[in-house]
Amino acid sequence: MGYKAKFRVWRGEGGEGRLEDFTVEVNEGEVVLDVIHRLQATQAPDLAVRWNCKAGKCGSCSMEINGKPRLGCMTRMSTFEETETITVTPMRTFPVIKDLVTDVSFNYQKAREIPSFTPPKDVKPGEYRMQQIDVERSQEFRKCIECFMCNNVCHVIRDHDENKPAFAGPRFLMRIAELDMHPYDVADRKDSAQNEHGLGYCNITKCCTEVCPEHIKITDNALIPMKERVVDRKYDPLVWLGNKIFKRSGG
Amino acid sequence: MTQTTAENPARKQRAQIKVRTLRTDRWWLAPALTFTGLMAFLVYGFWAIFDQSYLAGQYIAPFASPCLATSCPEGARLFGLAPFGDWYTLPPGLLILGLPGGFRLTCYYYRKSYYRSFWLSPPACSVAEPHGKYTGETRLPLIIQNIHRYFFYFAAIIGLILTYDAVLAFRDKDGNWGHVGLGTIILVVNAILILAYTFGCHSCRHITAGRLNHFSKHPIRYKAWTFVSKLNAKHQQFAWASMFSVMIADLYVRLVAKGIINFPFA
Ligand code: SF4
Ligand code: SF4
Ligand code: FES
Ligand code: FES
Repeated sequence: MGYKAKFRVWRGEGGEGRLEDFTVEVNEGEVVLDVIHRLQATQAPDLAVRWNCKAGKCGSCSMEINGKPRLGCMTRMSTFEETETITVTPMRTFPVIKDLVTDVSFNYQKAREIPSFTPPKDVKPGEYRMQQIDVERSQEFRKCIECFMCNNVCHVIRDHDENKPAFAGPRFLMRIAELDMHPYDVADRKDSAQNEHGLGYCNITKCCTEVCPEHIKITDNALIPMKERVVDRKYDPLVWLGNKIFKRSGG
Repeated sequence: MTQTTAENPARKQRAQIKVRTLRTDRWWLAPALTFTGLMAFLVYGFWAIFDQSYLAGQYIAPFASPCLATSCPEGARLFGLAPFGDWYTLPPGLLILGLPGGFRLTCYYYRKSYYRSFWLSPPACSVAEPHGKYTGETRLPLIIQNIHRYFFYFAAIIGLILTYDAVLAFRDKDGNWGHVGLGTIILVVNAILILAYTFGCHSCRHITAGRLNHFSKHPIRYKAWTFVSKLNAKHQQFAWASMFSVMIADLYVRLVAKGIINFPFA
């Protein structure tokens, strides 16, 4: 049955703003995004919110609900007490355009900084031969809907804005891992992951994994395996020695 | 209110929310429990290393195994060896402490747990950390965490030694096989949990086949990787289970050795 819920919503442009209180009707089966839309329709016609699919597949409606990064369209009202005040704020790590809408261009810039898939020169498209098990691992990473909540929650940049130039964030470190694990990718990803994209900043505290709406095991399956690959290249004396000898005798 | 356009520098600012977190759940509970658990282990370990009653007939306390000094009684020595001569008079547990200790200290799971609960970096997700600067594992000393795989090699050996100790626990006080006491069961369970923890290690996963890109060309390594991946998915659970089992097993043996526990099926 319907009830009146208490909402506190961040309102303001360009980062300045405050939490505004609302009392708003909630009906059975609704999600937080529905309630935000009702606020727009009834009390705050200029309330800005980004959304698109309402099915948890476009990654547009990322916001913070009671302090946790969530998709507005996938957060059921039934998970809250009827008496609870629900606080809705924009993602903290990115600059605010208006109300709940943030400027996520940081993520697009980081995406561009990663060299794209680089196949060997002598293999033409159509000649790739891979088995399912060779690509299975990276298929998990392709479930990503680019909601950027992992980059938003990551304390490396959430709590330290100054790290942004040096750190690509879990979303794009995972992209590097995906390419590095690809059977036909020949670009160097290991040195650059560490030196240019800031893999070493990650202290594997797994918040990215905790918030991912696609339940991708970002830390266990992408970041830590990538860290191990970097160790091979940069920090493991035996592997380094082995490579030296092998390369020499291999001529 | 000013008009926001693409060129307006006001866009470059995040929401000026002045509180550390807006979370309303008990986010501090998990780090508090982790802190307590890890502290308990440290305190117990510190006591156990200096406690001398580590041999109870057929049982050897895990914290003192392998016992490598001449001061170890004959029955406690690994294959009867004592590579450290009689000049070594400190507690024998100190000799090997660094290997399992270093293994857990550099373990990817334990790193997560103590970065969160001891260093509060971050204490919980979307709760601001108290530090002004952050460089993660990019420089000394934390860059040393990258040697984890070497600890894994040693930990694998220690895991096998503890398994061997558990097998020896099927002998009675006079060395005859066929004994099964409560201590035997505790040591066997502990050995299984230690092995499950050790071989679920991320470095182990990398070594088996994680470093390869063509699984289909290495079917055996791929099989091993699949198995390690299963253990790895439960790495956190095995980390805690084996930490408590090793404490319980160690304490049990010492209590038997001290005569505090002396019921017939001990
Ligand atoms: S695991 Fe690493 S990348 Fe993911 S949130 Fe934590 S520090 Fe950031
Ligand atoms: S990895 Fe998960 S949390 Fe990160 S952008 Fe993709 S879907 Fe969102
Ligand atoms: S609106 Fe598309 S994910 Fe929520
Ligand atoms: S033992 Fe935990 S990751 Fe190696």
